[in-house]
Amino acid sequence: MSEAGRPVKTTCPYCGTGCGVDVLVRGDATEVSGDATHPTNAGKLCVKGAALGETLVPEGRALHPMLREPAGGRELQRVSWDTALDVVAREFRRIIREDGPQAVAWYVSGQLLTEDYYVANKLVKGFVGSANIDTNSRLCMSSAVAGHKRAFGEDIVPVSYEDLEDADLVVLVGSNTAWCHPILYQRIVKAKAARPQMKVVVVDPRRTATTDAADLHLPVRAGTDVWLFNGLLSFLYQHGVVDTHFVDAHTRGFDRALAVADNTAGSVRAVARQCGVDESLIAEFYRLFARTAKTITAFSMGVNQSSAGTDKVNSIINCHLLTGRIGKPGAGPFSITGQPNAMGGREVGGLANMLAAHMDLENARHRQLVQTFWDSPCIAERPGLKAVELFEAIEAGRVKAVWIMATNPVVSLPDADQVKRALAKCEFVVVSDVMHKTDTTAYAHVLLPALAWGEKDGTVTNSERRISRQRAFLPAPGEARPDWWALAEIGRRWGFTDAFAYDGPGQIFDEHARLTTFGNADDEVPRYLNLSGLVGMSAGDYDALAPVRWPVSGQDGSDQRPDAVSADAFMPRVFSDGRFYTADRKARFVATPPRLPMHARDEDFPLALNTGRVRDHWHTMTRTGLSPRLAAHIDEPYVDLHPQDALLSGVREGGLARVSTRWGSLVARVRTSGELPRRTAFVPIHWNAQYASDARVGSLVNPVVDPVSGEPEFKHTPARVEDFAVLWHGFVLSRTPLPMDQVIWWTRVTGHRFLRYEFAGRERVGEWSAFARTALGVHATDADWIEYEDRTAGQYRAAWVVDDRIEACLFVSPRPDLPSRAWLSGLFAKERLEDLDRIGLLVGEPTDRGADAGPTVCSCFGIGRNCIVEAVRGGCHSAEALGRKLQCGTNCGSCIPELKALIATSLVPA
Amino acid sequence: MTMPLPEHVLPQTARPRPRLVVIGNGMAGMRTVEELLRLDGSLYDITVFGAEPHGNYNRILLSPVLAGEKTVDDIIINSREWYATHGITLHSGDPVVAIDRHRCRVRSASGREVAYDRLLLATGSRPFVIPVPGAQLPGVIAFRDLHDVQTMLAAARARDHGRAVVIGGGLLGLEAANGLKRQGMDVTVVHVMDSLMERQLDKPAAALLRQALERRGIRILLEAQTEAILGEDHVTGLQFANGERIAADLVVMAVGVRPNVELAKTAGLHCERAIVVDDTLQSLSDPRIYAVGECVQHRKATFGLVAPIWEQARVCATHLAGHGHRRYVQAATSTRLKVTGIDLFSAGDFVGGPDTEDLVFRDPRRGTYKRLVLRGNRIVGAVLYGDVGDGSWYFELMQQGTDISAIRNRLVFGRAFCEAAT
Repeated sequence: MSEAGRPVKTTCPYCGTGCGVDVLVRGDATEVSGDATHPTNAGKLCVKGAALGETLVPEGRALHPMLREPAGGRELQRVSWDTALDVVAREFRRIIREDGPQAVAWYVSGQLLTEDYYVANKLVKGFVGSANIDTNSRLCMSSAVAGHKRAFGEDIVPVSYEDLEDADLVVLVGSNTAWCHPILYQRIVKAKAARPQMKVVVVDPRRTATTDAADLHLPVRAGTDVWLFNGLLSFLYQHGVVDTHFVDAHTRGFDRALAVADNTAGSVRAVARQCGVDESLIAEFYRLFARTAKTITAFSMGVNQSSAGTDKVNSIINCHLLTGRIGKPGAGPFSITGQPNAMGGREVGGLANMLAAHMDLENARHRQLVQTFWDSPCIAERPGLKAVELFEAIEAGRVKAVWIMATNPVVSLPDADQVKRALAKCEFVVVSDVMHKTDTTAYAHVLLPALAWGEKDGTVTNSERRISRQRAFLPAPGEARPDWWALAEIGRRWGFTDAFAYDGPGQIFDEHARLTTFGNADDEVPRYLNLSGLVGMSAGDYDALAPVRWPVSGQDGSDQRPDAVSADAFMPRVFSDGRFYTADRKARFVATPPRLPMHARDEDFPLALNTGRVRDHWHTMTRTGLSPRLAAHIDEPYVDLHPQDALLSGVREGGLARVSTRWGSLVARVRTSGELPRRTAFVPIHWNAQYASDARVGSLVNPVVDPVSGEPEFKHTPARVEDFAVLWHGFVLSRTPLPMDQVIWWTRVTGHRFLRYEFAGRERVGEWSAFARTALGVHATDADWIEYEDRTAGQYRAAWVVDDRIEACLFVSPRPDLPSRAWLSGLFAKERLEDLDRIGLLVGEPTDRGADAGPTVCSCFGIGRNCIVEAVRGGCHSAEALGRKLQCGTNCGSCIPELKALIATSLVPA
Repeated sequence: MTMPLPEHVLPQTARPRPRLVVIGNGMAGMRTVEELLRLDGSLYDITVFGAEPHGNYNRILLSPVLAGEKTVDDIIINSREWYATHGITLHSGDPVVAIDRHRCRVRSASGREVAYDRLLLATGSRPFVIPVPGAQLPGVIAFRDLHDVQTMLAAARARDHGRAVVIGGGLLGLEAANGLKRQGMDVTVVHVMDSLMERQLDKPAAALLRQALERRGIRILLEAQTEAILGEDHVTGLQFANGERIAADLVVMAVGVRPNVELAKTAGLHCERAIVVDDTLQSLSDPRIYAVGECVQHRKATFGLVAPIWEQARVCATHLAGHGHRRYVQAATSTRLKVTGIDLFSAGDFVGGPDTEDLVFRDPRRGTYKRLVLRGNRIVGAVLYGDVGDGSWYFELMQQGTDISAIRNRLVFGRAFCEAAT
């Protein structure tokens, strides 16, 4: 809890950047700002982080344990924690007894804190005796984990954020850093501005906000990265850019890797043809890489989420091993993770093919070490089911009980309709979540209310291995409890009282830290992950723990805690001694024969569907969907297409389209942003049944996984786009939630003091007035109801006013040509409509058009498109000039690419 | 509107001038004469027959007279002196009863016979009297002329809170009701339909109007079918089809008008609902005979509003003057309810048809209702209630036949929004 006037320092719960956040709670208001002392962000926050305060609302929270008897399909009923936990302990024990430990499973999340993760992993692997615990990090960076393990022998990220600033060449592969890791991106942009000789290359099929700052953009065909990096390996070798000493002394497997590279991508021409990129661009990239020693290759989902993801990672690492560009300042391969605690989860072994503290399931010595430490009755001996397999096993009936924590697989997994089928069949489903109603909680037999960000307490680890504290500053709502507590309660109910006798996260962290040191010596089981310096902290030390990168070694004879800056400064750079964590302490080149995505495009499904994030949303929107500021940037699910593919598909910008694959379909608004290459389509991952009628892109994604990492191929599913014919389009702004049961398609957008619904219908409506009154729930005949109708043109507009305040309004048209929602939205902030507002209400704009700011471009300062265009016409011809005049783009900077695009288009003579 | 007129009597020419006889001393007939005089005052010897015993007055302003907002003198257009000044022979209070087309003569009720070279029929219309028992009782009147107004004013003065019943909830009936209320009578409007002014307003707008009138203390009875007017030697009440009765000291029938065509029919002129004329306002049957005003039918249409009649007068005058170059073209018309404090504007074809489209705006709380009727993206009709500020602009767009497709979605919201968009 925060003391009056002193901010609580905590860590942002969004991406893997792991920014420090200062939170000041004043009564009901929560002020969120960047932590100026945090080494990651030095006071800056992206728009998602800055809007965290808006997500701390009581709406929709799960407040009490709920239970639905496994047999019946009745509604969830409120029960006590004791009852709920008794049922969970009993059902899991019964199924384990009847069908063995392989018949139960956990599906957890990179949203969990390290301490939650640790207890879950311990309970499953040591006390259930199975490894059926997997995480949504499987969908995110498991290819990076696998690549690291194959090359380095341990899952080690060998680069820090400072190295990014230190590098002379940053290659961003499959990463829309500008939108997905905005603070990191801003650090790169700032470093580049300070040192113009620094170059940025972006490898991405899409032209994104990230390519804006790039010196070179390689729009490679999806799934061809291995050709690109095999080609690079071959090119570097051919041109003698080799650190011969390093390769000889510290690596193995080079010859085979080179042979494969030469045979598959031995010439720039061959690479260019395979990647679909101009030969000169490839050559320019190779030359740049060859001549720049301080090179970082940072990669993200575009690399990982592929059926060849692990090979992509290794093809990148191979190039760094060849040139010895690893373990040196400003150089190395860098996996940028998507989730706040994907790294922490990896550290405690929270994946089906890991053990704990970076030890291996398959290694008997490691198993013995962990079992001894835990003093557990058993230890999992073989890898468990990975995410996609896990839900297949549930549908097949091999897994009968599953406990899902802090994730929403009905939305996020590939072939997500399969997940629905699996959960519908599953004998016993436990869901721990902060939200009462998600696409996944619909299938829960037991719903356990979890603590959310701001309530829970523990640690997370960011992409550069920095452990930071997430601290509580709000009281737990209702009966919500920490996830570690619920897990430990199950362990205790099974009789393992000592093993799960935790009194708080500090104690769990301490156990985790001790395990990292256990048997961690050169002559036992050496691991780079070592938190010896954090062992034995007091409760106060743990509370005060400053952000620190691991490993954290204890200083001899001193019990002084490392402080963030000094620990960083004196930390020896990993691999700088050329020692890796394989049995022979040598790194491995991995031969990577390239292969195309599993499913090829064909006549029926001629487009390659790509998925990803948008700037201002996160995952399945359970948090960002609550923020009006974040909802304003991109408000609807959309499918982006090349204009020519749109034409061939018979769809048009602004209309609705059905996107189908062999696995599922959705309906979204068509965009032709100009960012996509031919024969591709892009759909964002965020929207789900809570926010749209039909927008779960997960249900379309092929359930193909990488054979090594088990990570699904989210970036390439053959798809088809067709016109989704509707008779009318409309929108509603309403102060209260409305059931959208009269329409075939809808999406919901959170506004400031209202909700917005965009919708469309196929039914012919005879009486719009009656339709609108039903839709808005206006039954009194003397309600203050304003309406406009142009029946033949199919235009209908109505507004409902209560006590001179707008309550709701509805607009309908046969075409998606409805007026701007921006000015109308502003009316909801007024306590009293003025006469002119009332007159303009059904026009959708004021008589004075200058009062309509237009759709939000800069979310940080809420600057609308119209204002920006006006400022551009008024002489602001650079993003900096716009920033000086309107402030836009001067905080997180993630809208700067959009500002530049607006400058370009606004200056075109009309 | 008027040209400087000669002060003296026009000189006689050697040959007698052609004779123009005008039947009807109302607004349409006299407007035609004025237009003619403006073109050339010396062309005809003009004789005017009128049924009413006055000069010519503005019938449209009878409502304000009844409401006490104007006096009779205020609404006189042409005094007797004016007729004399222009050498026009006026026979007021002496209606023509027969036309002899073979001999080109007309004969009046008093037996006066006058020959014509050209004859102008401007006999107007007469109020429709619903055929129920008691319709002829004293105290049962129409709302058509000065005499009716005087009767009503007398009835209002006769006793405090005299009870008036107006049969007919159309434009005229409501103006009468308002006037009588203003004169202190206890007024009930009896309307056979289920909403007021049903030809101009849809139900919500009619409901607004009803509320406004009720707030002024006028009682409105809808779906009330009058079965009989009660009374021995003077009206005392009304009986409805459902058997209910109400008391009345005065009954005003305002249930529509019928073109006054008996004279024309008797003379063998082709009539349908009214005297059928061509684009020059000549009757189809006899090129010597012209007709203007409410007694006229032009291409299926009959007329009740003043604007088209002014245009007929203008066209007719040019033909009488021998210039003969104008054609009468029907144009949109507009009107306002002349009830102070109630803003109601309607124009053009506000009824619409299968080929028209409606733009409707309703804001009952503010008492605003607007309906624009479009045909082929042009305004052909408009009804505005409450907010009539843009009435004349819509009327202008209507008359100019402006294509409004670019501003269609804003049109109903008024000129300010449409101009902001361009």
